[in-house]
Amino acid sequence: MRRSLALACVVAAAFTRPAPAAETLTVLTYESFVAEWGPGPAIERAFEAECGCDLQWIAVGDGVQILNRLKLEGASATADIALGLDDNLIAEARATGLFAPHGQDATKLSLPIAWSDEIFLPYDWAHFAVVYDREKLKDPPTSLDALINGSHGAKIVLEDPRTSTPGLGFLIWMKAVYGDKAADAWRALKPKILTVAPGWSEAYGLFTKGEAAMVLSYTTSPAYHLIAEKSERYVALVFPEGHVLQVEVAARLRASQHAALAERFLAFMTGPGFQDAIPTGNWMFPAGRLSGALPPEFQALAKPEKTIGFTPDEVAANRRAWTAEWLEAFSR
Amino acid sequence: MKGAAGNGQQAAGGRAHCRLPAACCLLPDSALPGALALFLIAAFAGSSLVALATVGGSEPGAMPAAYLWQVARFTALEASLSALISCGLAVPVALALARRPRLPGRSLVLDLFLLPLALPQLVAVLGIAVVLGENGWLNRSLEVLGVPRHGSIYGLTGILIAHVFFNLPLAVRLLLAALERVPGESWRLAAELGLDGRAIWRVIERPIILETLPGIAGLVLMLCATSFTVVLTLGGGPAASTIEVAIYQALRFDFDPALALRLALLQLALAAGVLLLLGLIGRRPDLDAGLGNRTARPDLATGIDGDAILILAAAGFVALPILAVIAAGMASPLWRLLGEALLWRALATSLAIGAAAGLLAVMLAWPLIASAIRLASRARSRSASLLATAFELAAGATILLPPALLGAGLFLLLHRTGMLARAAPVVVVAASALFALPFVARVLAPALRAHIAATDRLATSLGIAGFDRLRLVDLPALRRPLVLAGLMGLLVSLGDLGVVALFGGEQLMTLPYLLLQRMGSYRSGDAAGLALVLLMLTLAISWSLARASREAGR
Repeated sequence: MRRSLALACVVAAAFTRPAPAAETLTVLTYESFVAEWGPGPAIERAFEAECGCDLQWIAVGDGVQILNRLKLEGASATADIALGLDDNLIAEARATGLFAPHGQDATKLSLPIAWSDEIFLPYDWAHFAVVYDREKLKDPPTSLDALINGSHGAKIVLEDPRTSTPGLGFLIWMKAVYGDKAADAWRALKPKILTVAPGWSEAYGLFTKGEAAMVLSYTTSPAYHLIAEKSERYVALVFPEGHVLQVEVAARLRASQHAALAERFLAFMTGPGFQDAIPTGNWMFPAGRLSGALPPEFQALAKPEKTIGFTPDEVAANRRAWTAEWLEAFSR
Repeated sequence: MKGAAGNGQQAAGGRAHCRLPAACCLLPDSALPGALALFLIAAFAGSSLVALATVGGSEPGAMPAAYLWQVARFTALEASLSALISCGLAVPVALALARRPRLPGRSLVLDLFLLPLALPQLVAVLGIAVVLGENGWLNRSLEVLGVPRHGSIYGLTGILIAHVFFNLPLAVRLLLAALERVPGESWRLAAELGLDGRAIWRVIERPIILETLPGIAGLVLMLCATSFTVVLTLGGGPAASTIEVAIYQALRFDFDPALALRLALLQLALAAGVLLLLGLIGRRPDLDAGLGNRTARPDLATGIDGDAILILAAAGFVALPILAVIAAGMASPLWRLLGEALLWRALATSLAIGAAAGLLAVMLAWPLIASAIRLASRARSRSASLLATAFELAAGATILLPPALLGAGLFLLLHRTGMLARAAPVVVVAASALFALPFVARVLAPALRAHIAATDRLATSLGIAGFDRLRLVDLPALRRPLVLAGLMGLLVSLGDLGVVALFGGEQLMTLPYLLLQRMGSYRSGDAAGLALVLLMLTLAISWSLARASREAGR
């Protein structure tokens, strides 16, 4: 027993490494960002070349888990930057008091809306949209109302607002368009829903297997199929009622030991070194400056004319009530 | 260690020579190994959950009682239906397999039945959708034949189909293992008495089924009750939600660990109640130990008969979604994937974690079950039977720990003690072992029961104890169940997504995690290829272990 304890101590000691010489910036982000196919590796190379420091990623499941992990860690958080929260989480994130102002000029960002938040800085965005399969559906609905009440005969795969961000996005979309009549709209939509999947991966997986002709995804989804698969099969529908926007933001943590480096990273985030990796890395529209033009496939994507939705505070205040309404509409 | 030392140290039942602290002396020696295992499990799970309880939310959250009631009702409905159908169908298939030991392709079927264990739920669900979905093989074949399409599986039907896909093979393997343990003497007697099929069922097979089925049904029940991906993806809508969904919901946008903890305890209490009930139903027959002669059954048949068709049907049902996964994998950029160093690293990590978790699960399950069996044989002592029940529950119920909750608690614990980076692999292995524990326990329990009944008294009277007993008595006799148990533990950990996801993948990239990462970035082709690699790995492991155990048994 004592021998194995000593052995364990030796093994533990063997895993400690001496501190590196360069300054280390720790960025807490979500999984797909740091995958080798994601934007992470290129961004890491560009930033490390510019700052002469070491960029370390900590990856968790998704944006919500970033916030939850920070809530667990509290003031002793090890990250310097949290990257990958979406705008619906801003109110709750601000309430934790863990973040410090970004200190950047947000007026130069290219977003469909004006951005005035002092703490959270956007790095990419896309509208939620219904993506349909051209081989399965010849006559797609041309508006949200046509989707819900029309006789197109096709089914849609949705995501669950309790467990996923696109699900919450669609819930907000329905509330923004139908307001108090959202419950009736849900009931009318119900027969056209194939299933409500727990997350985007499951929903998109079912969609690409041909189980349904439509899925709730982003306006940028077809860009992946155009660029990586050379396929024009999947197209995003533009609805005249307007679309809900998802903006992904980053912020620096108040407890960070490397405040200056973190601010430098946020400045870098709005520039080409970071933004160039976003379109074909993260499959979203860049919020900052690119070194060249947007890839032609992105320029050709369907663009919503109207952006609708609620402020982060309104979403945070009403989310539970809206989810309860949605549950009730489905249980009948 | 492992119950052997206890019995060897003293005369039967006495508490003399107890050199341990006073508290331990209150326990009979045969309970000590089990108590140690139980303590380790409780300490691990308990400390993480307690850590979570200290994360105070500003207002104590609550879920509407009507919603929770509906969710609990649905959980009970789908879990019991799934268990009923899975176990109900597993009995005839297992009996058929036991009657046809030399059926061509039988070992392939048995290996096939281990595959669903290692498949991540999402992969299996998509495979089932490809076969039975709206755009599935069956519907397309029906269209070609001019027959009307079958109804949509999205709803309770789909959930039941998926649960049967996962649990029928498991139940068949567990039942078959029990059936094959019948002593050769019983078969010889049956042959001499000229018993026909019905009599064999009544005298030999039914008691075994009645002994093992409640335990298997309990495991299946819990697996289906904690189902998340299957229920939500195939369920059709939020009316199909389990308590696990509510727990996940409490930890997601609301982030209320205290509420999630309360829901988890509710789930644990309900399941413990069901397990206790099932434990009461299961009868313990008086087991006659055999001398290990392998005698052929008198009712063996050859050729195509009802048994062969039944086995073929069951194998076909399990094989079709797997074929869908294989087909998707073949269409993927497999060669490019195999050239990625990351894939091989993920494979190695998966194997390492799986093997360690399987081993740890066996090392925990063995003392728990052995102690439970020895204590249960003391019919007089109330406290002994209570302890036995506690051990059995611990071995069976760890699958109820919600991964999201456990992970959050463990993360908090490690973060507060500053050991996150170094301890993460150990913690992941321990958590995986906990989830694999009920599977391992289900394999070991009948085997241990038979083994202890056969060898305990003799070994004690011969004075064989401790390590010698392990080496000379236990290991040789228990080789096949131990290998099967470890294999199941390994496979369950291979396909597990819940635990590794909690600690981030940069350090511990496993194959399913890599799969999930690809699926989340539009790369479903890559994900299909990775699923195929996982399948091939599972097959390779089961083949080699089966071959090793067969050769060792000769």
